[in-house]
Amino acid sequence: MPLGWLLLLVLLIAAAGYVMGRRRALSGAGGDTRAMHSLPGAYGWNVAMAVLIPSLLLMAAWTAVAPSVIDRMVAPMVADQGDPALVMSDVRRVARGLVILDEGFDTIAAEGLRDRLASVGVAVGQDVSESTLAAAERYDILAARSSWLLTALTLAIAGGAAAWALRRTTPDLRARNEVERGIQGLLIAAALVAIATTIGIVLALIFNTIKFFQLYPATDFFFGLTWSPSFGGGSELGILPLIWGTLYISFISLLVAVPLGLLSAVYLSEYASHRVRAWAKPMLEVLAGIPSIVYGLFALLTVGPALLAVFGDGGLGWMDGGTAVMTAGLVMGIMLIPFVSSLSDDIINAVPQAMRDGSLGLGATPSETIRQVVLPAALPGIAGAVLLAASRSIGETMIVVLGAGAAAKLSLNPFEAMTTITAKIVSQLTGDQDFSSPEALVAFALGMTLFVVTLCLNILALWIVRRYREQYE
Amino acid sequence: MNDMRPIERATALDDTKISAKGVNVHYGAAHALKDVSVDIGDRLVTAFIGPSGCGKSTFLRCLNRMNDTIPSARVTGRIEIDGQDIYDRRVDPVQLRAKVGMVFQKPNPFPKSIYDNVAYGPKIHGLARSRADLDVIVEKALRRAALWTEAKDRLQSPGTGLSGGQQQRLCIARAVATEPEVLLMDEPCSALDPIATAQVEELIDELRQSYSVVIVTHSMQQAARVSQRTAFFHLGNLVEYGETGQIFTNPRDPRTESYISGRIG
Repeated sequence: MPLGWLLLLVLLIAAAGYVMGRRRALSGAGGDTRAMHSLPGAYGWNVAMAVLIPSLLLMAAWTAVAPSVIDRMVAPMVADQGDPALVMSDVRRVARGLVILDEGFDTIAAEGLRDRLASVGVAVGQDVSESTLAAAERYDILAARSSWLLTALTLAIAGGAAAWALRRTTPDLRARNEVERGIQGLLIAAALVAIATTIGIVLALIFNTIKFFQLYPATDFFFGLTWSPSFGGGSELGILPLIWGTLYISFISLLVAVPLGLLSAVYLSEYASHRVRAWAKPMLEVLAGIPSIVYGLFALLTVGPALLAVFGDGGLGWMDGGTAVMTAGLVMGIMLIPFVSSLSDDIINAVPQAMRDGSLGLGATPSETIRQVVLPAALPGIAGAVLLAASRSIGETMIVVLGAGAAAKLSLNPFEAMTTITAKIVSQLTGDQDFSSPEALVAFALGMTLFVVTLCLNILALWIVRRYREQYE
Repeated sequence: MNDMRPIERATALDDTKISAKGVNVHYGAAHALKDVSVDIGDRLVTAFIGPSGCGKSTFLRCLNRMNDTIPSARVTGRIEIDGQDIYDRRVDPVQLRAKVGMVFQKPNPFPKSIYDNVAYGPKIHGLARSRADLDVIVEKALRRAALWTEAKDRLQSPGTGLSGGQQQRLCIARAVATEPEVLLMDEPCSALDPIATAQVEELIDELRQSYSVVIVTHSMQQAARVSQRTAFFHLGNLVEYGETGQIFTNPRDPRTESYISGRIG
């Protein structure tokens, strides 16, 4: 039975359990809800929970584990056909393709099967051999058996659980507390999904990074001054030019975003009247809602040509093309303005009014008050905001891909094209790739480096912000 | 209440320092202060008492135009300091606040060193010609606020690291450092323990030698202890104003008597 139908069936059993549990509890108490420990609905939910939790867990575990078990059982049959991962994916495709072709394994011939499959939209990596066909047949049988077994087991568990929970349902059962525990479990599960995913991503990064370092020396990666990947072999994969490009572009973007964002935050929080603030702040935050690819277009089509007109051949002659560190940095800076300003605005507002009163009461002007009292008090928080902005700009991709160019260079000229870690991850992984070559695996090492850098920045920023918050609250 | 003995007080109204006539304050639609007229003497401590929300702090904040910083506040009427209308267009509120210092309810030292806290006012008003000059001003202010002995060895440590009572005395030193003529104190002891309160009160009595001090307080004992004149506010009205001993022992208005004896407020 397909998984969707099975899920629906389980839900139906749970719904029936809810109705029956509710009714059983009510009738046990003679229809008097006051004689029951919990509200009638709680007894119903208790039964529904008893059905849902084990059956859903079983279904999840089965779908996670069964495919790899089947693969392992089939793989020995095609062990002589080359790369096991590729062959197994062919086996799966053939098995699926035959269902689409509507033919049985007893009538089909391996000869010409690849073309026939291709004609119904199933692409197979190599010509189908007899052993592949046999493996596909075996695969088909095992998959059907697994599906059948799962259906039977799930329904048995759902039914059994429903019966067990219904038997327990008496008016004295503390159903309300059990439901409470169920809700707690649900919340924990939701939190676990996020945490487990994070851990999974980090592990994937780490394992692939290790694989990369087995193929390519780590010292060459971290200290190499040249980035020139070539899939033909003999590539130099030094990260330093990329780190330089990343930091340079981030630096320029912060040079734009921090003063503008901070000054607008000061204006908004200290000078603007309520009416101005009411429309200016949302307007500023609209900037934060623009997708970064749109900023990328802006960089490519507007800022780049504009800079070229001034600094290019027609002007000062410093710039060769529209894509440059300056282009990407400026646009990224604009993108970060609302980020810096809204964080700083919150932080400036958190400085107690008593500080301002104290300063104004001594005869200081508003700007003296801001410069000498409010900003120093808010400084740790603002530093945190700037670090958060920095970690965002380091991780930014689209603007860089479109605005900064693709050349990995170590240069001081901000009007030259450079590239960043993120942009190079994109270019290493786009297109058909062989995931066992160092040229593709380097993407994971780059990603890992980026992850570590931004993680450190974020931790530092949060630590600073939190330390500061404690002062006043 | 045994502190309300009529102590030695200057009974005659000496020179008037501040003169308010028909002062009204509105916060948006709320009428917070209604037609208050009062003359505050020089080199005297004047106490404003009354229940919460009676307008005493509002009136205090009118005297150095701190209400200007609240967008919805509107002040009408006439307030003169030394005969000069402080709401006159020609008066710069920033200059005025240098002349009329203020100490707030909660100690609010700046997140700077003790030295820089005290030096803040003199620096922005250019009162010191040299660093040595500034050192002298800071020491004098800290001495006047009775904080010098405790703070002289830690002038460069942060002002926020002091105890509550020390912080409030630091704020007083900060206000005194700009050489104001009037010192406004908005419940300066409400966040302090009794010992710190006693120190601040002693200080207020000393400050009277050179300033005219206006203090808002919730503690009637405190008003009786430190002030020579007392004004009683109720629901935005100035109910009674007079010599402190008279207000506490022989109030003329029945509302004053009810408040003092604890029946209203």
